[in-house]
Amino acid sequence: MSEQHPENGSGEDPRIMAQDTADTSITAGRMGRAGRPRYELTFGDAWDYAPAPERVPVAIKERYGHFINGKFTSAKEVFSTINPATEKKLALVAQGSAREVGSAVKAARDALRGWTRIGGKERGKYIYRIARRLQERAREFAVLETMDGGKPIKESRDVDIPLAAQYFFYYAGWADKLRYAVPGRDPRALGVCAQVIPWNFPLMMLSWKIAPALACGNTVVLKPAETTPLTALLFAEVCQEVELPAGVVNIVTGDGRTGAALVGHKDIDKIAFTGSTGVGKKLAAIAAERGIPATLELGGKSPNIIFDDASIDQAIEGIIQGIYFNQGHVCCAGSRLFVQEGIAGEVQERLKIRLNSLRVGDPLDKNTDVGAINSRMQLKKIEEYLKIGRGEGALLYESNGSMLPKKGYFCRPSFFTGVQQSHRIAQEEIFGPVLAVQTFRTPEEAISRANNTPYGLAAGVWTDKGSKIFEVATKLKAGVVWCNTYNKFDATSPFGGYKESGFGREGGMHGIRAYVRV
Amino acid sequence: MVDARAASFTKRSIKTSMKDAGLRIVLSMVDLTTLEGKDSAEKVRSLCRKAITPDINDLTLPHVAAVCVYPELVTTAKEALAGSGVRVASVATGFPSGQFPIDVRLEDTRRAVEAGADEIDMVISRGSFLAGDRGKVYDEIASIKEACGDAHLKVILETGELETYDLVRAASDLAIHAGADFIKTSTGKVSPAATMSVTLVMLEAIRDHYLSTGVRIGMKPAGGISKAKLSLHYLVMVKETLGDEWLDPGLFRFGASSLTNDLLMQLAKLREGRYPAKHDFSDA
Repeated sequence: MSEQHPENGSGEDPRIMAQDTADTSITAGRMGRAGRPRYELTFGDAWDYAPAPERVPVAIKERYGHFINGKFTSAKEVFSTINPATEKKLALVAQGSAREVGSAVKAARDALRGWTRIGGKERGKYIYRIARRLQERAREFAVLETMDGGKPIKESRDVDIPLAAQYFFYYAGWADKLRYAVPGRDPRALGVCAQVIPWNFPLMMLSWKIAPALACGNTVVLKPAETTPLTALLFAEVCQEVELPAGVVNIVTGDGRTGAALVGHKDIDKIAFTGSTGVGKKLAAIAAERGIPATLELGGKSPNIIFDDASIDQAIEGIIQGIYFNQGHVCCAGSRLFVQEGIAGEVQERLKIRLNSLRVGDPLDKNTDVGAINSRMQLKKIEEYLKIGRGEGALLYESNGSMLPKKGYFCRPSFFTGVQQSHRIAQEEIFGPVLAVQTFRTPEEAISRANNTPYGLAAGVWTDKGSKIFEVATKLKAGVVWCNTYNKFDATSPFGGYKESGFGREGGMHGIRAYVRV
Repeated sequence: MVDARAASFTKRSIKTSMKDAGLRIVLSMVDLTTLEGKDSAEKVRSLCRKAITPDINDLTLPHVAAVCVYPELVTTAKEALAGSGVRVASVATGFPSGQFPIDVRLEDTRRAVEAGADEIDMVISRGSFLAGDRGKVYDEIASIKEACGDAHLKVILETGELETYDLVRAASDLAIHAGADFIKTSTGKVSPAATMSVTLVMLEAIRDHYLSTGVRIGMKPAGGISKAKLSLHYLVMVKETLGDEWLDPGLFRFGASSLTNDLLMQLAKLREGRYPAKHDFSDA
C-alpha cells in the first residue's frame, strides 16, 4: 500500500479501518453521508500496470530553421525547445526576426495568385494528400507532440492527431464547394493569412487554422508556440512530401516578438489567433486599425452545471473530461463547476474517488491519464493560483493516486470547494488541472452565475430532463454548450466564443466565412 | 458517457509480468460453466478435473473459483471437487427464464442446496420487473435468499432483456437490497449477454452500496467473455472502479466456458514464448 489515503494519512490499512467502522452500525453509514464517507475504496497496487512506454522512434533534428517558400532556412538566432516531462533539450529552433517574417510573408504573397488560380478542385487534392500523410505518420506525430508538449500519448494518439487529420479531410471536401457555403455569393480568398497558435493543442490548432485557409484559396504564414514548435516543423516536411506549391504554407518559429512582427506586417490580409485574451485584445486593435478581418479564439472560464436530476456518474466523467483533459490546458475547459446544493456532497465524494484513479506521470506511458505541465512558467502560474485559492479561504483537495516524477513539470489534479463567485480562482483562467466547485439552488441562480464572467467560450449542462437542457442552454452566453457531455470536438461543428473569449468561428461551414471575402 | 468510460478501460496497456499476474487472477475468478440440455455426468467430471488443475503443464496456476452446473448435476460435481477448494455453483429458480411459480422456484433452490451447492445462481422474474412489479421481485429474491441458507446467492438480472442502463441500475439496487451476495449480468442464453458498459453500471451500484453501508457485494459478468484480452479489460475496470479488494474471487467472477482455454493459451505463450496448439488443451 504505497499510496496515501485522503482521510487516512496515517498509512493504516484502510480495509481494517473500514471493518472497524462497519461494526459501529449500518445506520451510522447513512448519517455519515453529509460528512466524510466512513468507507473507503482502496486503489492500491494489488495488481498494477507495468510501464508501457510508446516506443515508435521519431527523428528529431539538432537544429531547425524556418519553413519559407517550400524550403527550410538555416537558423541564425536559436532557442531550445525542451521536453517538459524530463526538462531535457529536444532541439534548437530558430528565433524568427522581422526580416525572416518579411520573407515568409513575401513567399506567401508570391504564391497566392497561383494557389487561388488552380481552383478548388486542385486545392482539395493537395489538402486530401496532407490529411492522408498525417494519418500515415500519425504515430510519429503523436510521439513528437507528447515529447514537446507533455500531453499524455493516449490523448495525442487518440484525440489530437486524428482530429488534426479530420480537419484537413473535412476542409478538403469544401475546397470545390465554397459557393454552397455562402449561397448566392461568390466567395473569394482573403489573401495572406497571419496565423498564431498556442501550445496546448499544437498540431490540432495548426489544422484548425491552415485547413480552412488553404481550402478557401489563401496562403499562410503560421507561427507555432514557442514551447511547442516541433510538430509544426514536422508538418512542414509533410507539405514538402505532398509537393504543396512553395510559399502556400510558411512556418516561422519564435517567441512573442516573432508573433508581433508577423501580425504587425503591412502585407497581411487576415489575422487568426488562438491564445490569451491579453494578446487577443492587442490583435483586435491592430486589425481594427488596419481594417483587416480577424478571428480570435481566446481564454475562458467555462461553467459546467450539474443539476440534481443528472446521472451523477456520467456527470463525474464529464467533469473529469472537462477539466483534467490535457492537464487542464484547454481554452474551453470546464473550470467552474456548479453543483445543485442537494447533491453537492455526493458529487464531491465521487469526484475524489475518480480523481484518485487518474494516473499522473510519464506522458509517453500509454497508461498515463495526466501528463506534464507544458512549461516551468505555466507550472509556476498554476502553483501561484493554488496559493491564491487557499489564501482566499477555499478548500483544496488534491489527487493522491500517483507519486509525481521527480524531474519534469508535474502538478496533481485538484479541486477547490467553498469557492465564492468573488474569488480569483472563480474568475481568472488558471489553464491547469484545477477546478473551482460552487453550489447553487435554483436554475436561475446557476445561469446568472455561470454568465457572470468576462468570458463566454463554452459551457456544460447535466440533467436527465430534456426540457431543462433547452431552457438552460439557450440562456447561457457561451459559444459552445455541451449537454450531458463535455470537450467534444468535431471538424463539422463550429467553435468559438462570446465576449472576451473572442469572435469568429472555426470548424464546420461557419469556419469558411472566416477565410473568404464575399 | 457510460460507453465512453467503459471503452477507456480497454486502452490500458497490460504487459509482461502484470499480464501474467492478471491472467492468473482472472483464472482464479472463473466460474467454469456448462449449462446445456445434453450435459452428462461424464462431462461434468471432466470439467471438474479441469477446474482443479487447469493446465497439467503448469501446476503453479490457481484453480478456478467454481464449477457451475444445473441442479441435477450438483451431486456429481460435489463429489468430483471434494477437498479441492473449488466451489460448486448451481443455477436454480427456473433457470433461464424464471417463468415458474414461486414455490417451484423455491423448491428448485432448496434441492440444489441440499445436494451440496455452495452457491446458487438465481434468475429474477424479468416479466414482473419490466411490468413494474418490483415489490414482487424483491420478495422473490428475499425468499430465495432465505432458502439458500449458507449458500451464496448470485442474482442474475438478465441485462439483455432489461435493455436500458437505468433499468440495469434499478435492478442492481433492488437485488442488492433484497439480499444478493453477488449480482450477475446474464444467463448466457440471451443476447446480448455481459458487456463492459452494463458491468460498469452494476459495479457502480455495488460501489455506492459499499460507500453507504460498508457491505461488499460481488459481481459476475457472464456470457460472451471468451477472450483473455477482454477479461483483462474487465479486470482493469474492476481495479479502477472498486479498487483492490474486489480483485478477488470472493468478490468478482467470470461466468464463462471457453475463456479458460484462451487464458491457458496466453499464459503458455508468456511462459514458453510461443503459442501452443488449440488441441493441447482439453475442451472440458
